[in-house]
Amino acid sequence: MEPKDISRRKFIRATGLSATALTLGFYFSGESKASTIIKGEDAENYGVSLNSWIHIDTNGKVTIVCHRAEMGQGAYQAIPQMIAEELEVNLNEVNIIFGKGDTVKYGNQITGGSSTVRGTYKNLLKLSASAREMLVAAAAAKWSVQATECFAEAGHVTHRPSGKKMHYGELVVDASKLEAPKNVQLKKVEDYKLIRKPLPRQDTPLKTNGTAVFGIDKKIPGMLYAVVERNPRLRGKVKSYDDSATLKIPGVKKVFKVTMKVFDTDREGVAVLADSTWAAMQGRKALKVVWDDAGFEYVNTEEIYKKMKADLQSKEGLSAKKQGDPDPVLAQQKNKLDVVYETPYQAHACMEPLNCVAHYKGDSIEIWGPIQAPDWVQGDISQKMGIKKENVHVNMTFLGGGFGRKAFLDYTHEACLISKEAGAPVQVIWTREDDMTQGPFRPGVSYRAEGAVNNGEISAVKFRMCGQNIGHWMGSKKDVPNDSVLEGFQPHYLDSIKNISFSDIPFETPIPIMWWRSVYASTNGFAYESFMDELAIAAGKDPLAFRKQYLKNERCQKLLEKVEQVSGWKTRKPKQGYGVAITECFSSSVAQVVKVSKDATGKIKIDKVWAVIDCGWYVNSDTVRAQVEGSIVMALGAATNHEIHFKDGLTVEKNFTTYRMPRINEIPPIEVFIMDNNEDAGGVGEPGLPPFTPALTNAIFDLTGKRIRKLPFDLAKV
Amino acid sequence: MATIKLHVNGKEKQVEVDPATPVLWVLRDHLDLPGTKYGCGVAACGACTIHIDGLPVRSCQLPVAGVGSKKITTIEGLSANNTHPVQTAWIEEQVPQCGYCQSGQIMAAVALLQKKASPTDADIDAAMQGHICRCGTYPRIREAIKKASKKMSAKG
Repeated sequence: MEPKDISRRKFIRATGLSATALTLGFYFSGESKASTIIKGEDAENYGVSLNSWIHIDTNGKVTIVCHRAEMGQGAYQAIPQMIAEELEVNLNEVNIIFGKGDTVKYGNQITGGSSTVRGTYKNLLKLSASAREMLVAAAAAKWSVQATECFAEAGHVTHRPSGKKMHYGELVVDASKLEAPKNVQLKKVEDYKLIRKPLPRQDTPLKTNGTAVFGIDKKIPGMLYAVVERNPRLRGKVKSYDDSATLKIPGVKKVFKVTMKVFDTDREGVAVLADSTWAAMQGRKALKVVWDDAGFEYVNTEEIYKKMKADLQSKEGLSAKKQGDPDPVLAQQKNKLDVVYETPYQAHACMEPLNCVAHYKGDSIEIWGPIQAPDWVQGDISQKMGIKKENVHVNMTFLGGGFGRKAFLDYTHEACLISKEAGAPVQVIWTREDDMTQGPFRPGVSYRAEGAVNNGEISAVKFRMCGQNIGHWMGSKKDVPNDSVLEGFQPHYLDSIKNISFSDIPFETPIPIMWWRSVYASTNGFAYESFMDELAIAAGKDPLAFRKQYLKNERCQKLLEKVEQVSGWKTRKPKQGYGVAITECFSSSVAQVVKVSKDATGKIKIDKVWAVIDCGWYVNSDTVRAQVEGSIVMALGAATNHEIHFKDGLTVEKNFTTYRMPRINEIPPIEVFIMDNNEDAGGVGEPGLPPFTPALTNAIFDLTGKRIRKLPFDLAKV
Repeated sequence: MATIKLHVNGKEKQVEVDPATPVLWVLRDHLDLPGTKYGCGVAACGACTIHIDGLPVRSCQLPVAGVGSKKITTIEGLSANNTHPVQTAWIEEQVPQCGYCQSGQIMAAVALLQKKASPTDADIDAAMQGHICRCGTYPRIREAIKKASKKMSAKG
């Protein structure tokens, strides 16, 4: 969907009109008459701007900017759906384009922490309503009538008494000269036409006919291709390399060393530049590199977990939260629970491997790619390449998955270095093996949980976590606990558990780590909600009733009642295992019930998953459902299928042959429910993930009496 | 390097490439058909699935020299306006999230329905389990295949 963009820019250039002239309103009619709807472009100007997100040309064609990354979670739908609601335009008729990295125009663009809707909706609704009011005011002035006699609908302003009507294109030049009103009336939830509706996504048709442009699909004139052999031990240097065979491969242009930054460490590699991806890959196969790993610890998974286990027994860690004092209570307890939970390292394994197109031009640079944080990339490239920020142009494409990995800054920086050395625009493609073995990974985390119940009541709980701290890689202080120790833990438990503490035992390895969908909640949730189940069993209580007893908060009560009702929890039958879990992260709570049974061969079978999400105010109910469904599948894979191991400092799993993804035949029926309320918006892309695994293992305990405390586990071998 | 003639989406094409180049990269780098995706390079994910004479094939493992006169169909050639019943079912069921694997999923689903007009769940499992979707759209893929099957049998 790009030729249109190019022709339009050419047209603008040919007419000699600058971008500034256009935004000031010197626009010309007829330019986009024939244009069909444009989706997903990296456009510059689509008419007169009423603010950074809303642009209207004189024919009335509306262009809305999606300034956040679209990696599957639905930002490309949610942002326009919100804006179109208050702007009063038909969503099916608007252009939707990606915003370049630009904090001045868009503020924060990092697409993480399930923040797109919850972090922007109040502002976006206001500025859309405000743009609408400006158009109404412009019409009223044109007709010399009161603005209160006019209304906006479907891209037009109508004067109610006379029936006079103008489209936004006829009003936008005048409207753009008006001051944006400071106080605007936002619609009431019951008056929404678009928001809260399960509208079909605007990017769906592009993703069923191959026209959606992902980073890997981006091509620019004169572009070369590069692949890089990077140090497989995740750090260290190139001692020497022999490129004699590589240079004989037809199409290979050049071979050179490249050093990219991975946080504050350097990773050296050798780049093979060629005129096609295949030639670059073949050239790389023929390359011989000798590595210098001096100073690198040859980490092994087994040793990592052994050490974490030992630390959990011998260290108290840094206190992250303490309420009452569990220690003296636990010390007096004869039958206390004292268990360890272990979770593995994981790769993000986005279906679209990392890639980036960079065009270094000396005093400026332009890049295109599957980028989660275009604003961060802009700042990072500016700093590392010594180019003024305004001359660093960062274009987002569609992302073939992100999950946190594409918010990292290594691959974009490396592509810029390669383009500079190549003296040409270059697309750097990571092979699947590169993508899977190079990290950063989700950290594996171990937990020790101690607890006691007396007369059916929790008397004390003590949690210790031990695992790498992502913050440490980003420069946070090492004498403070991980700020995510409680991530995933439903905070309202703290209202009723008198003696409870959480601590973090710092743990370092040279393995680079990074956010992975739902971050620490993805591992914390398993430990905390498994242990809550163990406490319920020890107290002799029904696990769901036990959670209701300790989560008195009204929203939690409603959520648990809903999942109890839809799952038929109270009417479950013998030989059916039911498990429940409730977690909270990114301001949304999700409760899930998993039902399991044994198949004819005695293997555990997941019969059904019921999920209820309370995310407060939301935009698109179908997107919410899709995100929870997808989160459950991702959690299922991490719980029962795959794990990243390290051996002698090398990543063991290199491709999907050994990092085994869940497949269609392994997916149980999933039913998702959304709590209807008007509380502040919470996240949607991640909160559905953490409760699945504990709900599953709690269900397996319910069925078999076997408590699973180490992930991943094999459903066939329970 | 060799000059190779191909029949792609109803058109004759000619490319100058290393004959060992997988069809995937010929489509993407030389024929400007990027809808077919690179996912793993070892036929383990299904993202690169195309049709060769109507049968689903992993294009990352197929050297271009081996195609000969057989007809290649890619996602771009499936229908003129996104109107193949599998595509319309995919849109109605709102299957894609990130969308990266969906070209391969759709090509596999079309091939399944050509072979078996009314597939059972087991047929769907067998035909689709070579395809990874990291976003987890599997339940919707299943529903969309069933819907497409109905659409196709209604058309006769």
